[in-house]
Amino acid sequence: MKSEITSVLLVGVGGQGVLLASEITARAALAAGYTVKTNEVHGMAQRGGSVTAHVRYGEEVFSPLVPMGEASVLGSLEEVEPIRYHNLLKPGGLAVVSAQRIIPTTVSTGQATYPADAEERLKRVFPNLVYFDAVKEAGALGNPQAANMVILGAMSTALDLSGDAWSESIAACVKPKFLELNLRAFSRGRDLV
Amino acid sequence: MQELLSGNEAIARGAWEAGVTVATGYPGTPSTEILEAVVGYKEDIYCEWSPNEKVALEVAAGAAMAGARAIVTMKHVGLNVAADPLMTLSYLGVEGGMVVCVADDPGQHSSQNEQDTRQYARLGKIPVFEPADSQDAVAMMAEAMEVSERYRTPVILRSTTRVSHSRSMVTLGERRQPNEVGFERNPPRWVPLPLWGRRMRVEVEERLSLLSEAASSSPSNRVEMRDTSLGIVAAGIAYQYVREVFPEASVLKISFGYPFPDKLFKEFAAKVDKLLIVEELDNILEEHIKALGIKCVGKEVVSPVGELSVERLRDTRARLEGKELPKPTHLPEEEGLPGRPPVLCPGCPHRGVFHALGKRDVIVTGDIGCYSLGVFPPLSRTDTILCMGGGVTVAHGMDKAGERRKLVGIVGDSTFFHSGITGLLDVAYNRGKSTIIVVDNRTTAMTGHQEHPGTGITLMGEPTIEASIEEFGRACGMKRIVTVNPYDLQETIQAVTAEIDAEEPSLVISRAPCPLKERKPLGPRRIIDEEVCVTCGKCVKLGCPAIESSEDRVRINPLLCIGCRLCEQVCPVDAISKEEE
Repeated sequence: MKSEITSVLLVGVGGQGVLLASEITARAALAAGYTVKTNEVHGMAQRGGSVTAHVRYGEEVFSPLVPMGEASVLGSLEEVEPIRYHNLLKPGGLAVVSAQRIIPTTVSTGQATYPADAEERLKRVFPNLVYFDAVKEAGALGNPQAANMVILGAMSTALDLSGDAWSESIAACVKPKFLELNLRAFSRGRDLV
Repeated sequence: MQELLSGNEAIARGAWEAGVTVATGYPGTPSTEILEAVVGYKEDIYCEWSPNEKVALEVAAGAAMAGARAIVTMKHVGLNVAADPLMTLSYLGVEGGMVVCVADDPGQHSSQNEQDTRQYARLGKIPVFEPADSQDAVAMMAEAMEVSERYRTPVILRSTTRVSHSRSMVTLGERRQPNEVGFERNPPRWVPLPLWGRRMRVEVEERLSLLSEAASSSPSNRVEMRDTSLGIVAAGIAYQYVREVFPEASVLKISFGYPFPDKLFKEFAAKVDKLLIVEELDNILEEHIKALGIKCVGKEVVSPVGELSVERLRDTRARLEGKELPKPTHLPEEEGLPGRPPVLCPGCPHRGVFHALGKRDVIVTGDIGCYSLGVFPPLSRTDTILCMGGGVTVAHGMDKAGERRKLVGIVGDSTFFHSGITGLLDVAYNRGKSTIIVVDNRTTAMTGHQEHPGTGITLMGEPTIEASIEEFGRACGMKRIVTVNPYDLQETIQAVTAEIDAEEPSLVISRAPCPLKERKPLGPRRIIDEEVCVTCGKCVKLGCPAIESSEDRVRINPLLCIGCRLCEQVCPVDAISKEEE
């Protein structure tokens, strides 16, 4: 078991399933025998705001928050949110981004614009980018709600947690009737990298 | 057995293990999930959402006077509301252990200020514990209860956002046998009339010096000797950041920090060459350590404003070592990203009220809750926010000061029961003219949908009375009381306008359940017929996240729309209608 801390960052917009994905990551690290800490946003930011979830694991973990430039992998369920947090990722770290655009009201009311060049900007700030439409991928498997599992599957390729640890964790976190779908979505995500 | 628990879940677990039988509180981020987790132990613990923190603290105090172990939970600003009973409870003391669980919000993630609860510990001469993670929270609840009973004092357990909302491993323990309950009648002990209160005052001082010794020998305060060239005193989450940034330094981890463990400070300071104090928010430990005549650095290198972080302590380290600030290894922030502030949800009933208020040039004094989001564009219909209940009273104050515009005070349903009623009584009693609008969405929405006296259900899930806001209005003496459906814009605009124009005080109740709680559509989704739409922007001004506008078109996001029909009602050309199946 290695001594340094592995940090994982999940971002999105309130209500997208960021917290479930972070819970699954944390439990997979636990299943693999690591010490784990997580941090998540509650309260005001959940009302359609930008949300982040931090997961850190290793032999010993102190801060529950990922320091700047230390995340091994970043996953996002929205297209521009990861750009906001890109400097938390290690140089060259894996970024998995879904091509979902959730237009903030600041854009609808003309106070700001949604970047038209989101994909180019993603490529610029994330040299190691995996970019796909997770909702479409999950929809093809039967339920667009499983988009977060597709993202997580892709993220898992950059983490040293076994397939068994992931399956055990997913089984512990989702309802039995959705387990098979979620496992397939996770596996689809792995294949997309 | 081990479990991954949030700090708040761990506080609840700790209470259960410590044999607590009564738990009360009022919701407030970041403290809310403590009582929500206590409900999981409702077979063993009576728990309630009280109407406000003062009531909650008094109920817990009563339980502790009768001999039970009790906790009360609140956010930092809630302790302001509960400060009155707490300051005197310190004199009376308790029989069963009582722990006041307060969650501070450094960084103001979800709060109107950044006050440091440890100041209340000093003010009330009450011990304070500060867990640094979830395991600490469980262990400290047990110790806090022991201290509370041994020294007959309420104890504060101070958490912070990052402790409350971070998960870490907890080793689960057994539940301690709860105390026997039986109140012992003894007026000199329980009645602080001056005759007896003056004696209590002296006893509180005597207790303080005993507690300082107890803190010095507490297992919660731990000396970790490593390299002795630098010693760091750190409490709460700051301890975690210190360990990450100064892995080689010796650390005095303070968890039972007040009454100050003087002996421990002196011993630790003597063992290290240089002493650094790292605390989040006020420099309470540092000032005291300096007053003891011990040389140390603190706020010169650690700012008291905002929350701490690993990054900030890296800067501290550089300053301490007289080095250049560390060069960021990461890329600079990207510019030109659209802001994504929290907003009223699609289909939120508050939107109808803010739209109606947009029709008149009135001053709107707001309050604490989701409707505080009405301050942001495009609604921009809130002018002030002070505190819980302040929506009612600040309006009345401006009215009495002679403000020439009409005054409208907004308050939510849970906030009305919390501290809006006394303000409304003041408006009626003192012949005010303000229009008070209760935006009643049948829940405590912002903190995640907790029950309250108007919802008909208790925290423990039992059916109960539904306190009526209209009846409270009548009892206060309000003559003009009107209830509206905020999804009917014409009705809402008419009622709000008529009450604003009235030369008497009015109570308007805007009633519709929070759709985020109901989790079902209000009706068929709406679509915009782009052939008909003249892109006038009237629907966009509702500030609904489902209405997406770009340069030349407006569309309704079908994944977000829940069919509230507000946009359909403001559209001047009937371009919006229900989506055909």
